[in-house]
Amino acid sequence: MALILDLIVQGAQMVLVLALAPLLTGFIRKVKARLNRRQGPPLLQPYRDLTKLLNKEVVLAENASWLFRVTPYLIFATTWVAAALVPTFAAGLLFSWSADLIAIIALLGSARFFLALAGMEIGTSFGGIGSSREVMIASLAEPAMIMIVFTLALVAGSTQLSTMSEMLAAGVGLRVSLGLALMALFMVAIAENARIPVDNPATHLELTMVHEAMILEYSGRHLAVVELAGSLKLLLYLSLIACVFLPWSVAPAGAGFGPLALGFLLYVVKLAVGGALLGFFETTIAKMRVFRVPDFLGAGLMLGILAVLLLFVTRSVR
Amino acid sequence: MLSSLSLDVAHLFAGGLVLVSLLLLYQDRMYALLNIFALHAVVLALSVAWQAHIQSAPHLFLTAALALVFKGIIIPTALRRIVEQLGIHREIETVGGVGVTMLAGMGLVALSMVVMLRVTPEADPLAREDLAFALSVVLLGLLMMVTRRNAVSQVIGFMSLENGLILAATGAKGMPLVVEISVAFSILIAFIVIGIFLFRIRERFDTVDVQALDRFRGERR
Repeated sequence: MALILDLIVQGAQMVLVLALAPLLTGFIRKVKARLNRRQGPPLLQPYRDLTKLLNKEVVLAENASWLFRVTPYLIFATTWVAAALVPTFAAGLLFSWSADLIAIIALLGSARFFLALAGMEIGTSFGGIGSSREVMIASLAEPAMIMIVFTLALVAGSTQLSTMSEMLAAGVGLRVSLGLALMALFMVAIAENARIPVDNPATHLELTMVHEAMILEYSGRHLAVVELAGSLKLLLYLSLIACVFLPWSVAPAGAGFGPLALGFLLYVVKLAVGGALLGFFETTIAKMRVFRVPDFLGAGLMLGILAVLLLFVTRSVR
Repeated sequence: MLSSLSLDVAHLFAGGLVLVSLLLLYQDRMYALLNIFALHAVVLALSVAWQAHIQSAPHLFLTAALALVFKGIIIPTALRRIVEQLGIHREIETVGGVGVTMLAGMGLVALSMVVMLRVTPEADPLAREDLAFALSVVLLGLLMMVTRRNAVSQVIGFMSLENGLILAATGAKGMPLVVEISVAFSILIAFIVIGIFLFRIRERFDTVDVQALDRFRGERR
């Protein structure tokens, strides 16, 4: 019986992230449009875009190999599995015992690897530019992310996200390392999701695009799946920040219906607040040059390393 | 024995000082550099005041106030005026890239922690921690003096180094007040001398880029 309940909660979580991801993207677009005093597209526009793309014919380049056709589904599958592993409204998910935070990063890393391959697959120059820039960004973002994981794991004593969330909710005292890790995680999340100071998700200007350049050759259902994976990744990072740094409303393992419902409501509130903050941040800042990105992410990496070092000092003097 | 919270707060401020030192290394604009330097002094003052509170040593509050007034307000304001008079409020250049400098800075922080934690095993936890952080602030100040070519930013590197010394001094219990006051005033004197020097350098070479001095001595870059 308990197993069935766990399965239901896990299934609900997987459906939930998939259903909410386009809504979050639409919400952020709406916030940005309102801050620019524009009406903006309706909240449900991303869903309409997805259904429209799904009904369209796929146009493939003549020299596209099987890799180009498989990649969208690979990216989507890995991102969805990773998103299913992050506790959103309930900790102690069934899947979370089989994979930890490092596995989530590995899943996202392999998704990026295949996307970079697909960018170079057709042989157009834009795809190549996009892939090389994406890999340049990743080469700094991934070490920074690993440092953040080290910090969190040292504080919580586990790399398991459910355990981590419960430990942090119970309180670990005043930790400057956690603040540094939060800042670093925010910078990494912005870079990984191709948000504004690093990349502009709304442009096709060839000088600046990174993520859009790689998926330029995709059309129809392939494009729909890639876009959905992008929304899922954004939701994943917001959920990750929420479950590690605002863990108090996540329902504990084996909780009844009441805590689950409360956790769900507060999760939606957290997402809305996070999305509004992201939209606000993006409106107030200008996109930086591509060659400034290593400086930005280098600062993130530095914050991560510093967090680990400070933690090392605290642990060794006690 | 100290409570865990007071140790955590001390850790927060001292760690914050190291972070602000790294921020100083990261800045490449004059006014931003001055603002961050003022922040450095404010964090130092907070850290010293917290030490005064947990060591119940009231004279340390005076040290904190001195740091806040001299380094947080007077020296940044004076430096800002100097920068305006010299007309160098444009970008400042660093030797090597920001990335390399930051990596070197992280290496220095790690080094000072490894060294300090290993040589002070019996000391009080608070003093150990403060010494480790203070050494890294000092080394980062030295690194800043080495990597910058502009004389004004070298002065800021020197002043941040001195902030590290004060952190170390307050971490060790029983530092007499006279020493601290005389250190504060000698810094002020040093600042005045350096200020005069800056104008002399500018008068002689029409720039405060210290590479001009190398060229004048006949050294090649």
